[in-house]
Amino acid sequence: MTVHNIRVGQSKRGDASDGTLAEAIGGRLSRVDGPAKITGAAKYAVEQQLEGLVHAVLVESTIASGKVRVIDAAAAEAAPGVLQVLTPDTIISLKTAADWFGTPPPDKPYCPLARDITFSGQHVAAVVAETFEQAVAAAALVKVSYDETPSIVDLSDGKAGDGIPIDAMTKEWGDASTAFASAPVRICAAYNTPREYQAPMEPHGLVARWEGDHLTVWEPSQWLDGMARTYAEWFGIPFGNVRLVSPYIGGGFGSKALALSHGAVAACAARMLRRPVKLVMTRPQTFTGYGGRAATRQTVTIGADRDGVIQSIVHRGVNETSMDGMWVEPLGSVTSIMYATPNFSSKQNVVRVNSVVPGAMRAPGENPSAFGIESAIDELAYEVGIDPLEIRLRNYAEQDPHAKKAWSTRQLREAFAAGAERFGWARRSPEPRSMRDGNQLIGWGVAAGTYPVRRAYGEAVVRILADGSVEVESSSIDMGQGTYTILAQTAAETVGVPADNVVVKLGDSRFPRAGVTGGSRLAGVMTGAVYKAATSALDQLVGLAISDPRSPFHALQANTLVVANGRIASPRGDGPDVSIAELLNSVGRDHIEAKGDTMPANSTAEDRYKNYTTIAMSVPHTEGDYSRHSWCAHFIEVRVDEDFGTVRVSRVVSALDSGRLYNPKLAESQWKGGIIMGIGQALLEEGIVDRRHGRIVNDNLADYLVPTNADIPDIEVISVGIPDLHASVLGGKGVGELAIVGIAPAIANAVFHATGKRIRDLPITLEKLI
Amino acid sequence: MRDFSYLRAGSIDTARQAAALPGAMLLAGGTTLIDLAKCGVAQPDTLVDITHLKGLDRIEIGEHGATIGALAKMSHVADHADIKSRLPAISEALWQAASAQIRNMATIGGNLMQRTRCPYFRDPANFSACNKRQPGSGCSAIGGVTRGHAVLGTSDACIAMYPGDLATALVAFDAAMHLGERKLLVDDFFLLPGSTPDKEHAIEPGEMITAIEIPGSAAARRSTYLKIRDRQSYEFAAASAAVGLELEADGRTIRDLRVALGGVATKPWRARAVEDALKGKVLEPEAVRAASQLSVEGAVDHGANHYKIELAPRVVARAILKLGETA
Ligand SMILES: Cc1cc2nc3c(=O)[nH]c(=O)nc-3n(C[C@H](O)[C@H](O)[C@H](O)COP(=O)(O)OP(=O)(O)OC[C@H]3O[C@@H](n4cnc5c(N)ncnc54)[C@H](O)[C@@H]3O)c2cc1C
Ligand code: SF4
Repeated sequence: MTVHNIRVGQSKRGDASDGTLAEAIGGRLSRVDGPAKITGAAKYAVEQQLEGLVHAVLVESTIASGKVRVIDAAAAEAAPGVLQVLTPDTIISLKTAADWFGTPPPDKPYCPLARDITFSGQHVAAVVAETFEQAVAAAALVKVSYDETPSIVDLSDGKAGDGIPIDAMTKEWGDASTAFASAPVRICAAYNTPREYQAPMEPHGLVARWEGDHLTVWEPSQWLDGMARTYAEWFGIPFGNVRLVSPYIGGGFGSKALALSHGAVAACAARMLRRPVKLVMTRPQTFTGYGGRAATRQTVTIGADRDGVIQSIVHRGVNETSMDGMWVEPLGSVTSIMYATPNFSSKQNVVRVNSVVPGAMRAPGENPSAFGIESAIDELAYEVGIDPLEIRLRNYAEQDPHAKKAWSTRQLREAFAAGAERFGWARRSPEPRSMRDGNQLIGWGVAAGTYPVRRAYGEAVVRILADGSVEVESSSIDMGQGTYTILAQTAAETVGVPADNVVVKLGDSRFPRAGVTGGSRLAGVMTGAVYKAATSALDQLVGLAISDPRSPFHALQANTLVVANGRIASPRGDGPDVSIAELLNSVGRDHIEAKGDTMPANSTAEDRYKNYTTIAMSVPHTEGDYSRHSWCAHFIEVRVDEDFGTVRVSRVVSALDSGRLYNPKLAESQWKGGIIMGIGQALLEEGIVDRRHGRIVNDNLADYLVPTNADIPDIEVISVGIPDLHASVLGGKGVGELAIVGIAPAIANAVFHATGKRIRDLPITLEKLI
Repeated sequence: MRDFSYLRAGSIDTARQAAALPGAMLLAGGTTLIDLAKCGVAQPDTLVDITHLKGLDRIEIGEHGATIGALAKMSHVADHADIKSRLPAISEALWQAASAQIRNMATIGGNLMQRTRCPYFRDPANFSACNKRQPGSGCSAIGGVTRGHAVLGTSDACIAMYPGDLATALVAFDAAMHLGERKLLVDDFFLLPGSTPDKEHAIEPGEMITAIEIPGSAAARRSTYLKIRDRQSYEFAAASAAVGLELEADGRTIRDLRVALGGVATKPWRARAVEDALKGKVLEPEAVRAASQLSVEGAVDHGANHYKIELAPRVVARAILKLGETA
């Protein structure tokens, strides 16, 4: 009955080169939320003005390991405006919530304020006062004394040990060590990445308000339903009693997916005081209050024949985790799939150190993993005297070497070709130190990247309203990546209305549910859900038009109608032509509503709850017959001033396969954002720890350097993707995390080509090159 | 809560009187002071706002040099056409400092008075030992994270680096500072830490910088400020050099040379040894590189800042050679 059909299969390329309208799926529609953000109309979480709002400020541990002996809050309690000082003794007791896998938690109380200190910057107390300034001043009066114990500072600490083997990370086939031993060419090197931080512009914070047993939390969130579940479990109230609101997010990069202890503190304070409470982290607290990317160590050994064909890869990885939390940064994730090798072994340990538990940061796992393998293959290229691009093609994996399944799509060869062509790779002179411009050595480097297609579930409601406009609702979010825009495009094209007539509402847990926005899965999931909801709304609309006796089309006896540009007509144009609003008016309906989701048929209510509030049921990327990944190839030029050791990235050409692009303009922006973040990772970013205090000292944006505009050259991105219907309903693969993967090794490889120096420890700061 | 009073000074005299009271501090652009108050380092009882004082933002420049009012904004001075042409090192030192937003707020007087970026100094909550903040409490930096600390002019009490760019250019060209009635060389204004790192400037309570005076010279006209850092902008110097050069009529013999280093010392660091070694010599790369090594004579590193000892002479040499190339 529906005639409006997205012609996915006919879209040859994943971009707008087939002449797609800006508003249609695949069109370059500008961000629909842009004007609200630029004019300041967009209201972020902690901008809520609530009657009776009071302010909480955290007090943090100044030691890395030990126990709190006494908290002397007398002076703080007596300070002007102070309403309450929360300590482990005075804060209300919470229940332990399940982790993000939904693993049933131990039946013991949870206290977001610590008595046992396992890292510097741990929350030990909080002060609530009438004004923010009063709370800040009083927090400085809280005296905490400790019994300090020796700490393990980081991976290089003598006391750190080898750590805990994570058997689930082991990947092996063939006989890697024997093959390595007998390989004619062998390379072995160690690669290190430091602690890195998401550093979103908007710091973490929230406003919490209780009304009876109902909690409303305004908090930037990459996962409303998961965070709402956590709050509900902490307080032992039904899931439906928690409302999380997060229409705008000032950047997350993985750090805003979980409810964290500062949120628990604010919600406790609000409950205890029966007043809404605002708590915003200071910038330094954003370096210790939750985890950035774990520091990692990898050794990569490659055995190859003299033609550079890999015989064996042996990979060992270590990442740090906290004393009481477990974070595994999957270091073998790219190592095990990028190149064909008959023999392979990858194992990983995690080491406990006195730090906050590390967390997700743009492409966790794939990012450091690629730094190892993509540097190592470059080393192999020089060892055997083969062009770094050629060696990658020589070892091209025609299928997933680990899962032994066909790729759903892998346009990596096309990415290498398109990138090399555009960059002019053929003009590269192979010898290190052979390209120069005055004082500057010039280096050209290449590296590949990949990110798996993670799939999960989402729901959406699509409503066609009496005035002919369309409303989309979902509890998924937009943290700048463009969800509002692509869902507007999806609904507009599917229903057949201009995108201007679509209103997308996101970021409220009262809306239909959605799983986590992480792992680059949201666009694929939500366009699918909106497409389904919009399709059934359209079916209802056309059904009404055909069969309702009051409809102007009733007499036509048509079996199908066309909806386009907000108007309904018969396919041959031989009948009435009315607007959606006129039709709804004539049949006496004030709206049509349909819900769509990407859940398997016959899912129970319990399945749904689990799917949206945990990640237990996300679909493996190797499910069924295919292995699904996005791919990219980066070509980078650096200029190194050898006197000074400074590295400047002067050219970036990246060719990327994210499948079909729902909006190339927004996808390109996300790719470029990832590339920029990768430049920061390669050259600037590092959490520096004082080894005596076990504390990061550059915990602010003057000292923890992220790139400025001046550090970023023109970046050229080329889409080489084709629609991949094994990956998602509409054919897209992941976009958000892909492009950062491989940037750091591409830069390190370019630095080697420029200088002849191989830097295996990020970031590549000037003292490493002078 | 820490209450403080705010006073808007109506004249230079009232500002100076008010600032003489214990706990009083002058407030100019606030980009250093408010920042330090937020981290708990500055705890003023009275803020004396001088931004409304008239006539202190003037920039006068002629043959004999320039006089710049203490309230002139960094961005205005950097963009001033005559400063650019007659004192290029001053303009370059300013526009390579901080960010565009900060330069639009920050004043020349406040700039000279900016404090060290030593992370231990700036975090009293976590690091109680800091002789600069609390005389006699010790130095947290020694034995800690020292990548940004000084290698020249340090003492056992303090190794904090003076981070300003402008002052480095000023000492190269013998600039002086007006403190009301008194006039003082900028070089003498900044003190070495010695055993009293809390005492950073030769300024007394009730004194205020009203202007700086930069003598004109051929070397100042042919000058540059070279700033090296990991990040291309909005970062303090890993090492920098303010250099001015005057050649004899033959176009190759050095008549006058001025060299000062930034980013490596506890105060803006005039490198007279380099100047003396090269004056009267023919400008050629070998000699320049060799003489530039003298800029770090007596340098002492604390581990992670060792690279500065390698880097600084190279920055000096590059700056001199670069000036030599520009006819
Ligand atoms: C993130 C960041 C990066 C920066 N990067 C750089 C850089 O790369 N290079 C660089 O050089 N600087 C840099 N700065 C420092 C910046 O230049 C200074 O903060 C600024 O110049 C201070 O000027 P202000 O007018 O805001 O001073 P204020 O903050 O108002 O005052 C600073 C101090 O000077 C005193 N004072 C102000 N005016 C006078 C006066 N007339 N007489 C006597 N005392 C006075 C005040 O009492 C106060 O103690 C940076 C600052 C920040 C925050
Ligand atoms: S170097 Fe100076 S400023 Fe830094 S901690 Fe030591 S005494 Fe304080």
